[in-house]
Amino acid sequence: MSEKVLMKGNEAIGEAAVIAGCRYYFGYPITPQSELIEYMAKRLPQVQGVFLQAESEIAAINMVYGAAGAGARVMTSSSSPGVSLKQEGISYIAAGELPCVIVNIMRGGPGLGGIQPGQGDYFQATKGGGHGDYHCIVVAPNSVQEMAELTVHAFNIADQYRNPVMILGDGALGQMMEPVDFHDLPVIPVEKPWATTGMGEREQPNQIDTLRLNPEKLEEVNNTLQKKYALLQEREVRWEETFTADAELVLVAYGISSRIAYSAMELAREKGYKVGLFRPITLWPFPKAALEKAVDKAAAVLTLELSAGQMVEDVNLAIRCSKPVHFYGRTGGMMMSPQDVFDQIVKIFATKGGK
Amino acid sequence: MAEKLFARPQSLVDVSSHYCPGCQHGIIHRLVAEVIDELGIQKKTIGVVPVGCSVLADQYFNIDSQQAAHGRAPAVATGIKRVHPENVVFTYQGDGDIAAIGMAEVVHAAARGEKITTIFVNNAIYGMTGGQMAPTTLVNQVTATSPYGRQLSSAGSPIRLSELLATLDGAKYIARVSVNDPANMTKAKKAIKTAFEVQIRGEGFALVEVVATCPTNWGKSPVEAKKWLKENMLPQFPLGVYKNIEGVQ
Ligand SMILES: Cc1ncc(C[n+]2csc(CCOP(=O)(O)OP(=O)(O)O)c2C)c(N)n1
Ligand code: SF4
Repeated sequence: MSEKVLMKGNEAIGEAAVIAGCRYYFGYPITPQSELIEYMAKRLPQVQGVFLQAESEIAAINMVYGAAGAGARVMTSSSSPGVSLKQEGISYIAAGELPCVIVNIMRGGPGLGGIQPGQGDYFQATKGGGHGDYHCIVVAPNSVQEMAELTVHAFNIADQYRNPVMILGDGALGQMMEPVDFHDLPVIPVEKPWATTGMGEREQPNQIDTLRLNPEKLEEVNNTLQKKYALLQEREVRWEETFTADAELVLVAYGISSRIAYSAMELAREKGYKVGLFRPITLWPFPKAALEKAVDKAAAVLTLELSAGQMVEDVNLAIRCSKPVHFYGRTGGMMMSPQDVFDQIVKIFATKGGK
Repeated sequence: MAEKLFARPQSLVDVSSHYCPGCQHGIIHRLVAEVIDELGIQKKTIGVVPVGCSVLADQYFNIDSQQAAHGRAPAVATGIKRVHPENVVFTYQGDGDIAAIGMAEVVHAAARGEKITTIFVNNAIYGMTGGQMAPTTLVNQVTATSPYGRQLSSAGSPIRLSELLATLDGAKYIARVSVNDPANMTKAKKAIKTAFEVQIRGEGFALVEVVATCPTNWGKSPVEAKKWLKENMLPQFPLGVYKNIEGVQ
């Protein structure tokens, strides 16, 4: 029997992590994700897990590196300035091919920015952030239910591909309360014969290194990583689309912006404007081919973000600049309203000489 | 009947190391390996190696290990130890690693009473990057980034990490040793063993600081380096046990 509970997005991630078998959490407080660290502090001891409040985000992510290398399902969470500090560790985790889940509940930036929701960390999340040629798998939920589902999924694919997975949310989703159903979330356990558990019966030690002083060896490792990334681009792309089939204008938005975009699309449809919505669920790998197909019949695209327009680049790349990509966004922690977006839609149709 | 009196410890791999002639990292590795063998913990020990000349130590120790980012070894060790509390986890770190970039990580691991053992090799200089000033560089010591000698007025004075960490309740065993002569080597091995035993008994954080040479970056022969260590480093970094608290069982 499925039963729904009312929960904040931040807490739903925490509970889903526990369901996924995560028993180790290392983090450092920052608004607007503090409910998550507080939830883990309360919840993990109840399941014989370990919660540790680290002295910094740098220490926290390196604890994650250690625990992940030791074979555990492990998570850390933070918000924008804290995630900047974690980048060093994330690069090492990617280089060591260690599985873990990193949550970024974004706020406005740059610098200390503000504590209201933002989506200005898109570049950082999807284009690296730390040094070197690596990728995190980045998933972007847009509801509390999906925060739970994608958290379990994140642990599964992190283990399957031995890769860090980032859950990219924002302050609005983190704080939002919605009913969530934790039943039927498929947990897929993965063997980790490579983990540092102490040699035990093994003849050879397991060692997790990221230093490759021999350039040929380093290039070989990089080539292996790139092969994995190519596989991920083939297999792990997720998206959702609504009314794209006959759309003359396709809105592209992820996370909280996609909810606003949905309402704007409904407003537009009521008024007779043929508008559709494409929502990337994985931001890396970006659903390029699906987007190209979804906008095939449309005359234009409108990208909506709580940033100065970062995803616009990926949208343009996906559709190979084949049609105009408009942008509307707010920063500073300001939200756009469905009416704001609707006004943009009307403007775009007007310039086309349409409605 | 012939008896083998001296052999390579099982916990050391049979390869030659990359360390410079007269460098004491090799001796310190050997002492750590001997202790691991004697305690019979090779199969359950997990090492964390730093960034510095000993970044390749994991290729010399025949145990499970992880390489940490510069300074982060105590955090990495914390993650491992929390997952495997029954295993023995140690970090091996240089002065730049532990007392500069990684100062926060070691202070907090000690404050938490993290049940790990840290071997801290203090050679008063950055070896790997070519001899720059370390937090442990002596006043007036010439290095690549203190070409006029470390100036007290601008660069401050060397950090005595053992004394500093000994003030923390979570630190249960803190000792400073040297391997500059056979007598000190024996003492160093004993301290390393104690530091592992403190962890095995589950008492808390243990650290052994080994005052060591870097002939290459000091610009001295191995023999001169040993002499310089004794005359200049030991007065600044006095040997001894700074903390030894029997924890509550
Ligand atoms: C984040 C970062 N900063 C700087 C470096 C460069 N680096 C490599 S080793 C080292 C100093 C190591 O010195 P120490 O810890 O004293 O060890 P030693 O080489 O003397 O044994 C530095 C600064 C690095 N690898 N990573
Ligand atoms: S540079 Fe110094 S610390 Fe590094 S191996 Fe050579 S002597 Fe040893």
